[in-house]
Amino acid sequence: MADTTTSTVALEETKAIDTKVDCRNINVFYGAKQAIFDVSMAIPSRSVTAFIGPSGCGKSTFLRCINRMNDTIESARVEGEVIIDGEDVNSAAVDPVLLRSRVGMVFQKPNPFPKTIYDNIAYGPRIHGLARSRDDLDEIVQNSLMRAGLWEEVKERLAEPGTGLSGGQQQRLCIARAIAVSPEVILMDEPCSALDPIATAKIEELIDELRERFCIVIVTHSMQQAARVSQRTAFFHLGKLVEVGDTEHIFTNPTDNRTQDYITGRFG
Amino acid sequence: MLQTFSHIPMAWLAFAVLAAAGCAAFLAGRATAMKISASGSVMMNSQPNYHGYFAAMWTVLPAALILLAYSLFGSGLARSLLTQELPDGFAGMDGVQLSQYLDRVGEAAQLDRAVWASEPLFAAVTERFMTLQGGLKLATMLAAAVAGLAGLAFACRRLNASFRARTEVENGIEWALFACAAIAIATTAGIVLSLLFESIRFFTEIPVFDFLFGLHWNAQTEEDFGAIPLFFGTFIISLIAMCVAVPVGLYAAIYLSEYAGPKVRAWIKPMLEILAGIPTVVYGFFALLVVAPAVSAAAVWLNGLPVIPDEFFAASSTNALAAGLVMGVMIIPFVSSLSDDVINAVPQSLRDGAFAMGATRSETVKQVVMPAALPGVIAAVLLAVSRAIGETMIVVMAAGLRPQITLDPTAEITTITVQIVALLTGDSEFDSPKTLSAFALGFVLFALTLVFNLIALRVVQKYREKYD
Repeated sequence: MADTTTSTVALEETKAIDTKVDCRNINVFYGAKQAIFDVSMAIPSRSVTAFIGPSGCGKSTFLRCINRMNDTIESARVEGEVIIDGEDVNSAAVDPVLLRSRVGMVFQKPNPFPKTIYDNIAYGPRIHGLARSRDDLDEIVQNSLMRAGLWEEVKERLAEPGTGLSGGQQQRLCIARAIAVSPEVILMDEPCSALDPIATAKIEELIDELRERFCIVIVTHSMQQAARVSQRTAFFHLGKLVEVGDTEHIFTNPTDNRTQDYITGRFG
Repeated sequence: MLQTFSHIPMAWLAFAVLAAAGCAAFLAGRATAMKISASGSVMMNSQPNYHGYFAAMWTVLPAALILLAYSLFGSGLARSLLTQELPDGFAGMDGVQLSQYLDRVGEAAQLDRAVWASEPLFAAVTERFMTLQGGLKLATMLAAAVAGLAGLAFACRRLNASFRARTEVENGIEWALFACAAIAIATTAGIVLSLLFESIRFFTEIPVFDFLFGLHWNAQTEEDFGAIPLFFGTFIISLIAMCVAVPVGLYAAIYLSEYAGPKVRAWIKPMLEILAGIPTVVYGFFALLVVAPAVSAAAVWLNGLPVIPDEFFAASSTNALAAGLVMGVMIIPFVSSLSDDVINAVPQSLRDGAFAMGATRSETVKQVVMPAALPGVIAAVLLAVSRAIGETMIVVMAAGLRPQITLDPTAEITTITVQIVALLTGDSEFDSPKTLSAFALGFVLFALTLVFNLIALRVVQKYREKYD
């Protein structure tokens, strides 16, 4: 079947690229229902990998395996290995709380905490003890906001609540919050789906800049977005990884018929 | 002849007749509509049933209003008619005597004739009263019947193919719902006004200042009406209760909404609701028979310790601590279920955000969930406070009756609610300062709980984070 062949392809490619996250034979179950079927994939560092596929195909579920967010869902059970820098994140030795400081996440809907803009950014550094002094913290907050391209817009009102910002600003605040703890990987679960085109363009620009420092994985419904921001693309269908490869390759010359059908808009 | 009408049980009869008339009007209206729809090729605006409801509405409502007016004002009207007929200075009675005499007449009219036949004058007056009452009843029934028929005729004349019976019925329903809301408001207003007027009567005899700031309360002998000891007692007991209920209730809510798995939750939630369902009188005797003696025994033991001066604790057999503790337990489910709702309303995305930042569960609760839920939690606590202030049964049984200002939790202490019960139970005239002081206390109680509830509402409205 096509699935097994793509898995081998992915494994072979692992050697060729500078792998940051190596997922091996991931199965995810919600209760008795299986959501992810034996997915293996290597995600390279310092580049953007996009997950595309129709709704309910398991791309978000797979994304949440990488920082063990599925732990917070009562009925979810994950099998397989997710290896980041040579260590399986699912092993008992790994503290999910520390893991998540290395693997940041940005959600579909902007979810700033009910705190000031400053405290939203300072939250992560505070709980992980990253700042030694008040000045340190100020610097982290400023740097994070600058890197998220939000500094100029909010520098005068850091003491105002983060919930008062516009949707696009809130999402950039959430990205700033995620990069404030200097993660190695940033997961983005449809980060632009609640935003207008202008805010989306800003976020996409930001993602492109962040690529130089972080390994970014983005789930998106928009194929144009995947084509614009990512270097590698993985296509999921019905819980299976159909195809993964260079974005250009996937969009111009997909190997699998289902990928071809999806990107040309025949289903999904 | 009219006298016989005075014995007719009006309410039941009226109800039965109205129901029957309503059904008949419904059938008549529907039949008319069906005839119209069968005869012509025109589309009916409304279904025949709505024409039926419309006819029934117009038949029942006018008649019902007349009957309602009679039941509210009928006996008073009969009595004032009788008073007008009686000559001034009738049988040498003054106003109060006459009023009592008429009360007796009213009672006698309900009874068998043989009871009062021995007093000729009284019998004559009573018979005249029954005649008046019977006449009034008959007139009311006739008026109701006429109104009903007129309503039916009016309704039937309006029925035609283009008549919007649905809209009319909809309006009728709106008015009926409004009437229900109005009854609730009117009743509340009535209670508040009566509290207010009786309080004003009380304050004409006892100065407001003496009442609100006086340090001695001795209402039974009508000597001192200084309510500060009662306010103080209410405050101390509510404080003890909140010290129990707020932490326990809040932490229980946090456990239930953030930590407990679905199975545990399915057990604990109903258990807490059982706690909420225990009648307060049961809590009351639990406080009186179990907790109060235990507190008292503990106080005696503490008094016996060498470091504590003799008689340092009052060690009373009913005491503030027992009442406060048990009241606190009673309020736990109140706090926990309200807080649980509020905490659950905090969107999951905020928790996900905190978890994804690498926050532990308690960090998430402390720094993200609770700040978001805080306004609602504050409101829950304020509502619980007003509940504690108004709670009666537990304090009546376990707190005692002695009005005193003391910080000793093992001493006997009394509250506003306990004093109201004490003042109004037993025989007493209704216009002595003693009973009137109960109304004044009730008014203060009402004002206090109202303020707490209003603050709670404001807090919720003003500080609620808006999540979509």
